[in-house]
Amino acid sequence: MTGSSPINPNVQTIIASLKDKPGALLPILHGIQDELGYIPAETVPAIADALNLSRAEVHGVISFYHYFRDTPPGKTTIHLCRAESCQAMGAKDLENHVKNRLGIDYHETTKDGVFSLEPVYCLGLCACSPSMQIGNEVYGRVSAESFDSTIEALS
Amino acid sequence: MTTTVYVPCDSGALCLGADKVASKIVEEAKNRNIDINLIRNGSRGLFWLEPLVEVSTDKGRIAYGPVQPHDVVSLFDAGFLTAGTHPLALGLTDEIPYLKQQERLTFARVGITDPASLDDYLAHDGYRGLKNALILSGADIVKHVTDSGLRGRGGAAFPTGIKWNTVLNTVSEQKYIICNADEGDSGTYSDRMIMEGDPFVLIEGMTIAGIAVGATQGYIYLRCEYPHSHKALNTAISKAYEAGYLGDSILGSGKKFDLEVRLGAGAYICGEETSLMESLEGKRGLVRFKPPLPAISGLFGKPTVVNNVISLASVPIILDKGGEYYKNFGMGRSRGTLPIQLAGNLKQPGLIELAFGVTLRELLYDFGGGSASGRPIKAVQVGGPLGAYLPESQFDTLVDYEAFAAIWAVLGHGGIVAFDDTVDMAEMARYSMEFCKIESCGKCTPCRIGSTRGMEVIEDIIKGHDLNKNIPLLRDLCNTLLNGSLCALGGMTPYPVLSALNHFPADFGIADQADAA
Ligand SMILES: Cc1cc2nc3c(=O)[nH]c(=O)nc-3n(C[C@H](O)[C@H](O)[C@H](O)COP(=O)(O)O)c2cc1C
Ligand code: SF4
Ligand code: FES
Repeated sequence: MTGSSPINPNVQTIIASLKDKPGALLPILHGIQDELGYIPAETVPAIADALNLSRAEVHGVISFYHYFRDTPPGKTTIHLCRAESCQAMGAKDLENHVKNRLGIDYHETTKDGVFSLEPVYCLGLCACSPSMQIGNEVYGRVSAESFDSTIEALS
Repeated sequence: MTTTVYVPCDSGALCLGADKVASKIVEEAKNRNIDINLIRNGSRGLFWLEPLVEVSTDKGRIAYGPVQPHDVVSLFDAGFLTAGTHPLALGLTDEIPYLKQQERLTFARVGITDPASLDDYLAHDGYRGLKNALILSGADIVKHVTDSGLRGRGGAAFPTGIKWNTVLNTVSEQKYIICNADEGDSGTYSDRMIMEGDPFVLIEGMTIAGIAVGATQGYIYLRCEYPHSHKALNTAISKAYEAGYLGDSILGSGKKFDLEVRLGAGAYICGEETSLMESLEGKRGLVRFKPPLPAISGLFGKPTVVNNVISLASVPIILDKGGEYYKNFGMGRSRGTLPIQLAGNLKQPGLIELAFGVTLRELLYDFGGGSASGRPIKAVQVGGPLGAYLPESQFDTLVDYEAFAAIWAVLGHGGIVAFDDTVDMAEMARYSMEFCKIESCGKCTPCRIGSTRGMEVIEDIIKGHDLNKNIPLLRDLCNTLLNGSLCALGGMTPYPVLSALNHFPADFGIADQADAA
């Protein structure tokens, strides 16, 4: 990877528009992930250059945060809550169902590239447990059946 | 006449289908040529009744719930717009006992107003605190907050007035106000409800904080798991700017305060205030050594107030009605009210704002209605993932910081998660160690390595391997975590682990308490 490898022009715009904010790195990483779904390795040199950081520093930040990813996700990412309130309402069984149904574990993507599965530790929907989030849509009191009908509508 | 209908836009209502209910109501009204004014309010916090639809009548607001899209036609048929009877009818919203018995100060407007409307905020006593603050000196504003007895609602319960006073008295050209909206604790959602249901109260609280200590820039550090809060905050912030409540000269006072939302990225540790500031500076969220205190050298090395959403959202009413007014609620050294969040296996989970001093039992049974499954409640975890598990014998504990400390437990951010008797407490203890492992920032060895070891030891215990060796080993590990951790992630993971072991030894394969030593 070199600093001059071509990168997506939208990414260049994102970097240019945010780089002068104090503490610009997280806003830039969010901007890129919103645009592309992940933070491709080839964008790291451009980010590092713009912020006067080393590539290792940028990479260190990307890998520190669970939400940032450096590989492309499936078309739809499902965030399933694993935390205590959801556990108290059957999240474990739901988790098994979801993994079986999709045929993947956490941090994996289905072979057809449609679904990625990520754990999340509370969505603030603990009064409606168990819960999950797909994109910006939130779902409460999720059952195996309601999960199936939700993803059928999406696939 | 146009009738006003309310359908909440709180995530807790959205996740149960509120958007579909709202569009169905609009569609049905159109079909019947009826004029309605649909308002998307925050949630009243009665989540077993969400989506809770309300209709404005001359007697007050009437509630129906839980409403599903397929109920809408029958609601119209029953004349719900004129308070018609229907199986889902709940009567006057304000008379529902769960709500009526509350003491809502911080949540006074949540569920009542349109969170996107500044006019509605103003019509319901909004910005009265700021107006008072603008004619007071910084020291006098801080005095009100100190007098109120308000202690930080983010978990550590540190007196807010003392923190503000330090920042006020530290000379610097630049100071910052940070709102900690990371709300990472499982079982909690009060911050989210404020941000989605009454974002202006948080903006007002931060503005008052800025004026009090002389800070001109505020940041709301919001967890990225809250997209609806993000939208609600940005809408409210831009309206506050347009109307002169934020910006270079707040209400023409010559005092400046700017405010911006920054998103976290799924790291629980970034709720810890120094990790949060590292993150805001664009770095990995490694916890900093203290001192220096953030109040003296915080964000970008400048004096910084870091406060939780609920702490800041409680400031406007304190400045409106005075510190004494707020202080008159509560008990002992726990003054004011606490927005308690009931979660987990309960029939009636929801938000309950009450003065300190209520018992856990009243919350679980009188408000919560007992378990959702109908089975006995075996344990509750109070205060998030680092909070202790309490057995039934401790349910008479009062909601009070000191009463909880006395039984080696914490109130934290006020979340209560109930479990019925199907829970395996050894598995919950294992999960606590796993959570610590996943979320550790990696700075200290006990937390980074000890959590993985802890998980393995509990797995061995669950398999029944060598309990005589493994139970003492687990206790040793917990002691190392308790004493050798830089922050409460490592330092408090022993709370859920040891409380589970001490109160529920049978789940660890130990016959009785004595053998658990
Ligand atoms: C691991 C860890 C996570 C924390 N998470 C949060 C959080 O999500 N929200 C919060 O307000 N405080 C959190 N805190 C507490 C903050 O460090 C800090 O005490 C608080 O933001 C101060 O505000 P307050 O005085 O208004 O409570 C956390 C602390 C630790 C050790
Ligand atoms: S206790 Fe854990 S999370 Fe806290 S500073 Fe140490 S390693 Fe980081
Ligand atoms: S614990 Fe699952 S939403 Fe809070």
